[in-house]
Amino acid sequence: MGEVIVITSGKGGVGKTTTSANLGTGFALQGKKVVLVDADIGLRNLDVVMGLENRIVYDLVDVTDGNCRLKQALIRDKRYESLYLLPAAQTRDKNAVTPEQMKQLCDELKQDFDFVIIDCPAGIEQGFKNAIAGADRAIIVTTPEVSAVRDADRIIGLLESEGKHNPKLIVNRIRPRMVKKGDMMNIDDIIEILAIDLLGIIPEDDYIVVSTNRGEPAVVNPISQASTAYKNIVRRLMGENIPLMVIEDNTSFFNKLKKIFNL
Amino acid sequence: MLELIQKLFGKDSNSSKDIAKERLRLVLVHDRVNVSPQLMETLKDDMFKAISNYMDINEKCMEVNLTHTESSVTLVANIPVTSMKRGAMSKR
Repeated sequence: MGEVIVITSGKGGVGKTTTSANLGTGFALQGKKVVLVDADIGLRNLDVVMGLENRIVYDLVDVTDGNCRLKQALIRDKRYESLYLLPAAQTRDKNAVTPEQMKQLCDELKQDFDFVIIDCPAGIEQGFKNAIAGADRAIIVTTPEVSAVRDADRIIGLLESEGKHNPKLIVNRIRPRMVKKGDMMNIDDIIEILAIDLLGIIPEDDYIVVSTNRGEPAVVNPISQASTAYKNIVRRLMGENIPLMVIEDNTSFFNKLKKIFNL
Repeated sequence: MLELIQKLFGKDSNSSKDIAKERLRLVLVHDRVNVSPQLMETLKDDMFKAISNYMDINEKCMEVNLTHTESSVTLVANIPVTSMKRGAMSKR
């Protein structure tokens, strides 16, 4: 029996979809059988981030409406055999699915997969309620900004009231140079404010843009910092005790040099 | 002048992350107390029951509110007492 993990944030644009894609691919790299579920009905994106947009035949709403069997809607990843995507419907809206249907879907997927990763839409309305309905645990993604942390706090409260306890936090897009200057909140600041457990930290990394352009998750790239960060998180989720990575400022001359020579 | 130099060299003692943190702390104090009117009614009922063990109070005139100030939230209750209950003290 697998585990259902929802990736949520409240605020949009903090990296839910990128995180979902990278954690899913990271689990597949570890030999786990994973399915990524895009719960952002009407605004699907996980398919393009995964580079699977041309393979969609059926979607999540087709499954819940009974237009096709679950297996028919699952798209196998082009690189990893044990990785699948269940895309969101693009022409429907969030009310096309109910929390009960989502729970049923998750229960069914759990039978076949080690991990079911749900990419939650931004906001706190129906789409959020659907996405968390079948989740065993929740991961909250935030960035070191006032607006994102505030929304994360609201989401923690809402998860609590829905009976989803102990969500874990990922702080995304940290810029070490700004943190050093005191112009960006650091991890301790954010943890102190939100009072939840930290699952991992992801540095701001240009390679994320490149990987999204190409439709191949960054975690595949061995030299990107974000890749290492995502791999660490995957291993923590699998129960390993991995220390937090030290985020280096790779914009300095020395570090650029190091990168060129791949040291 | 010194302040300007400090700012130039990025050594502003009032760094923007501290401002962010303080603003967040305040805004969350307010966000987190957005309790539903239902919850306030239940709280009021419970308070009425508890206090009634010791004194007679006028439920209709009872006021229970959360007040927000700049840096804190306070529960303010205004409860007119009609009379003390005889024997309330000896019960304990």
